[in-house]
Amino acid sequence: MIEYIPFIAVVAMILIGLYAVMFRRNLIKIVIGISIIESGVNLFLIILGYRDGGVAPIFTSLPPGTKYPEEMVLPVPQALTLTSIVIGVAVLALMLSLVMHIYRKYGTLDVQKIRRLKE
Amino acid sequence: MTFLEALLQHSPALVIATPLLSAFLLPLVGRINAKVRDVFALVMLGVTCCFVGLLASDVLSHGPRVYIFGAQNLNVPLVRILFEVDSMGIFMAIITVMLAVIAVIYSWSFLRREDGLDKYYTLLLLVVTSALGMELTGDIFNFFVFLEISCIASCALIAFWVAEGEALEAAFKYIVISSVGALFILFAIGIFYAQYNALNIATLAHLLQFTFLDKFALVILLVSLGMKAGLAPMHMWLPDTYGRAPPSIVLIIMSATLASFYGILRVVFTFYGNVLTTSLRFSLPAHVVIGWILIALAIVSILIGVIMALVQTDLLRLIGYVAVAEIGYMFLAIGASVASLGAPYATVALHGGILHIFNDAVDIGLLFLVAGAIYYVTKKRSLDDISGLARTMKFTTIFFMIGLLAVAGMPPLNGFTSKFLIYESVYQLNPILSIIALLGSILLLAIFVKVLYAAFLGSELPALKGVTEAPKSMLLAMGFLAGFAIFIGLFPNLLLDTLVKPAASALLDHAQYISMVVGGL
Repeated sequence: MIEYIPFIAVVAMILIGLYAVMFRRNLIKIVIGISIIESGVNLFLIILGYRDGGVAPIFTSLPPGTKYPEEMVLPVPQALTLTSIVIGVAVLALMLSLVMHIYRKYGTLDVQKIRRLKE
Repeated sequence: MTFLEALLQHSPALVIATPLLSAFLLPLVGRINAKVRDVFALVMLGVTCCFVGLLASDVLSHGPRVYIFGAQNLNVPLVRILFEVDSMGIFMAIITVMLAVIAVIYSWSFLRREDGLDKYYTLLLLVVTSALGMELTGDIFNFFVFLEISCIASCALIAFWVAEGEALEAAFKYIVISSVGALFILFAIGIFYAQYNALNIATLAHLLQFTFLDKFALVILLVSLGMKAGLAPMHMWLPDTYGRAPPSIVLIIMSATLASFYGILRVVFTFYGNVLTTSLRFSLPAHVVIGWILIALAIVSILIGVIMALVQTDLLRLIGYVAVAEIGYMFLAIGASVASLGAPYATVALHGGILHIFNDAVDIGLLFLVAGAIYYVTKKRSLDDISGLARTMKFTTIFFMIGLLAVAGMPPLNGFTSKFLIYESVYQLNPILSIIALLGSILLLAIFVKVLYAAFLGSELPALKGVTEAPKSMLLAMGFLAGFAIFIGLFPNLLLDTLVKPAASALLDHAQYISMVVGGL
């Protein structure tokens, strides 16, 4: 059971994030929701690469006596996660700057009131 | 090895590298002078065009190409990314560079009075890079990275008219939709990696077992890519963004949208190609289920697009809804082809669908450019405020009429060929589908005839006394697209035989795509 907890956390985070994106009215909270989804997905990638008792996946400085690659944590998911974190930061910055501009134009962060694009 | 051979060998990398590097060089070049910068953007896109052409001629004559970034052979540790270019990918790349060149020519005049154009061209080249990357890559994580690049860069471009609240609203909608979609694609990638310990599309397609998790991942991929491609019921961002971004940008965003559509083709035909005939419950093969779901969503898209376009008064937004309907036609063809996999008309449907990608790019692109020209000279968006433009804007009127007939699928123009292929094949699957598709086309004709009367014919408004014809570079860009529409309408076989049929057979022959990587390298 205990080994499933991270996966449950992943699903919970993604669902919480989706809830925030779909049902929250404040733009900042929508942005937070997307961040939570992103953290959930990143967590998912990290758990995939985890090995019980594995060492850091640095090929040139493996501790002597470790079996390659069985005793190494998988390196690929970590690389993926790093990439995804960097992309996430860029998206977050862009979204927040958009929110800032929207607040200047409309004077509110409520999605219900920011609706000039109707129909 | 001669210089040309070396270029040919590295062309898949150069296709990506040229726009990417010139995107970041562009602000530097822009310091010199605005004219130099505009020419530089066009020249670099021209160079990209040459590389795409070189690659296309090679791929079409010698079969798919694999290009390896990183470790050349399979020794440990394995750090590499593969690009796999087949005729489908190259077909999409040709559409992308074509749209990009036309958008740049158009924006010369269209955005002459705006500032911040250094960043504009940088972002434009980045979107082109990302669309090309999505189309040429053979690695699913790489696909995700390019998707995110396209999402970030297009969002910034949509908000180009940052002084308008509506543009910001549209940009925010776009980035929420596409970043959530992209994150779910990453989730699906994680699911694949967990099961098969691979990220390469060909390797994954070879190993795919169609377990419960794979089905789940398929649903996620279809939903998120469909969302980015503008398939109903997640289409609502599309008219907003298309209606509010500068029309030159719409062409670029359209190429990113079409790249997402290409992603769906790749997922369904290549990724799940091995398991499409597996039986699900009630002895229904998987391809029938997937196909009919796509068809249902496509019909909804066509109907929503057409009906909503009928009631619009904002011209750009109206064309945005028509774009939704056109996306619906593509999905209808693909769905019919998947649902009837193996039947002779499945191939015809696929030909129609793939040809319609090109025609959609040309027709909708042309209409957006015309609407942009109207906006440029009158500064009005609503159809109620413009009238009698045919008196002063003769060329624009002609281009609009060409676009109108092409979108509605009238015979001498390009829309006819692809739509006819779609009607013909879909009829054999189920006649009702083809009736709905025909009805959609007729309504499209009605919508645009209404626009023609409202905007171009009729009495001249006093407010529009000083209106002149659109500037030359805009006319040139529209002329290119109109020329394509007429040329392909008259000689559809040229395009069908050289590009569309190889692309369709590349999609159907997933075994070849897989064996390029799994067998040898």
